[in-house]
Amino acid sequence: MTSTKTAPPSAPSPQQARPDRTERTPRRIAFGHKLSKWDLKLSPYLYISPFFILFAITGLFPIAYTAVISFMDWDLVRNSGTFIGFDQYVYVLTQPKFWIALRNTFSIFLLSSVPQLILAVFIATMLDQNIRAKTFWRMGVLLPYVMAPVAVALIFSNMFGDKYGLINTLLGNIGLPPVMWHSNAFASHIAIATMVNFRWTGYNTLILLAAMQAIPRDYYEAAAIDGANKFRQFTAITLPSLRPTLIFVIITSTIGGLQIFDEPRMYDQFGTGGANSQWLTISLYLYDIGWGQWNFGRAAALAWILFLIILAIGVVNMLVTNRLVRDEGSRDGRSRRDRRAAAIAARTELEHRVGGTVRDDFGSTSTGAATSDTNDKTTEVAR
Amino acid sequence: MTATEPATQATTSLNTVTAVTVDAKDPKRRLRSRPVRGSRPGWFVYTALAVVLGSALFPYYWSLLIGSGDAGTIRDPNMSWLPGGNFIENALTVVNDPAVNFWRALWNSIYSSALIALSVVFFSTLAGWAFAKLKFKGGKWLLIFVVATMAVPMQLGVVPLYILFADLGWTGNIGAIIIPALVTAFGVFWMTQYIQQSVPDELLEAARVDGANSFRTFLTVGLPAARPAAAMLGLFTFVTAWNNFFWPFIVLDRSDPTLPVALSLLQSNHFVDYSIVLAGVLLSTIPLLILFVFAGKQLVSGIMAGAVKG
Repeated sequence: MTSTKTAPPSAPSPQQARPDRTERTPRRIAFGHKLSKWDLKLSPYLYISPFFILFAITGLFPIAYTAVISFMDWDLVRNSGTFIGFDQYVYVLTQPKFWIALRNTFSIFLLSSVPQLILAVFIATMLDQNIRAKTFWRMGVLLPYVMAPVAVALIFSNMFGDKYGLINTLLGNIGLPPVMWHSNAFASHIAIATMVNFRWTGYNTLILLAAMQAIPRDYYEAAAIDGANKFRQFTAITLPSLRPTLIFVIITSTIGGLQIFDEPRMYDQFGTGGANSQWLTISLYLYDIGWGQWNFGRAAALAWILFLIILAIGVVNMLVTNRLVRDEGSRDGRSRRDRRAAAIAARTELEHRVGGTVRDDFGSTSTGAATSDTNDKTTEVAR
Repeated sequence: MTATEPATQATTSLNTVTAVTVDAKDPKRRLRSRPVRGSRPGWFVYTALAVVLGSALFPYYWSLLIGSGDAGTIRDPNMSWLPGGNFIENALTVVNDPAVNFWRALWNSIYSSALIALSVVFFSTLAGWAFAKLKFKGGKWLLIFVVATMAVPMQLGVVPLYILFADLGWTGNIGAIIIPALVTAFGVFWMTQYIQQSVPDELLEAARVDGANSFRTFLTVGLPAARPAAAMLGLFTFVTAWNNFFWPFIVLDRSDPTLPVALSLLQSNHFVDYSIVLAGVLLSTIPLLILFVFAGKQLVSGIMAGAVKG
């Protein structure tokens, strides 16, 4: 860059550039300098304001206004509402259909997210090997992602046909009775979850793969030297390192999964969630209330209920994940006091062993982790 | 091994077994010094990946199989596993169905998705630059706020949006699906993350010393650096907009749909003849498949780049 002409040639770092500037200012505050000062102060707001203006209109206002409408009996003809308090919430929560929809949404969500996550971790582990044609396999895994959920739903609802579907034909070929993929509620959840899994497993695989590749390879080498087999390496190194990413994936799939609409809507040609609401989901129910029964107050109330559910599940998810995938190596997930205690314990332990078994960097850090782990165990026992 | 103690299994065994014991047990092991991850994996990995690839491809193939047959294909117990010869005919039925409006839908999808992608990239790059590299009061909190709104489901806004557009008389207009998508919180988050990492502060300082004003710095330093991330964001936004169904389904007229809405119409018109429905599905997926051929690599690296930060 041309900066070398004006700045001292040593290094154009901020520390060195600053005295240069203060030297100049006392001379005369030129109009240009005043301008540039305003430029620095104002321009950030100019950059973000187009986004925020649009965001306020299309994103924030509707959210706030949904809250207002949810407390109203909305009149479509007058295009305004009368305030009725929590009546719409009470109405929605007392509908048996709402509880069926809630059950279905959760059932589909669990059936899609749990196997999907396990599969994604597995496939990511395969892709993380030193395979040939990496890009080819990665692209192959992502292929389902570009297909619209509506298209996926149409293909799978055909494959899961009750009478002539591919799956039932295959089941028949191996001598099993056909499954009523549409009339049986649980079976329909499996079919819909399969659509979700088809489209999203590859996507999440790549996210997990990226996280796996960020794990320093020395860890594995050291573990292998210590005699840990592949499985042990996976449970002791890979899984704990994936924890933040797993939480991220779980939270995003919660937000997406609880909103599911496209797949159940397209599962049959009527789009009402089945004759007995077998696969009615909350979003589908919201659509039915809003644009089938044209009751916007109730639809708004249901939208808020859905949002609160998502928030609650997000929090629960975080707690559960924190517990399930406990991180043993790094600092996350433990209180500062615990970490400090562990560090002190590790240091004393190290001082005991100096020159003995501790050989290199990795050895020392891992001893620390090991000690802290036993510390955790003892505190748990003490409790 | 030390794993005899069940309580401290996984980690301790790996941690406390020192190289000394390994050396004592198997001195050859160190000499060989085979790189753990350097070796090529065995057939198992490739078989597993081939199965995954197969299941990723199968639904595409299945829609070709059914879509190239006729109404009876699906009921035929001796169905051939090779595509039939009716695909062109079925596709013509799809594009000529006046209730489906296929060409109209295709055009709507292309231009609304492209416009949305351009707009999201433009506004996100501007805001992302400010959040990442310019210091200003409240910047940090505004960014946190934007990120927090990413957890808000789309359903939370549809009722007022519908009322708004009905008020303006825009329901049924393709603009009704473009305008709410012009900016996304995710886009700003994405660009901020990328610019923060890829533009060193020294570069800004250098531009300032050279006398470039803030906007010029953005044009000459920010934009070139942000280009790869902007391209990825554009791609993802395009794919998402193209596949979006919930809001277009609510607000668009059946006579002026996007492709997913057209597919839903196709299903309700032809549910007795799945060969036509699946031919339409394949037809509507072709544009994105072409995109995938050219930009799949970018999509892959985009997901992987976003993940490390996420």
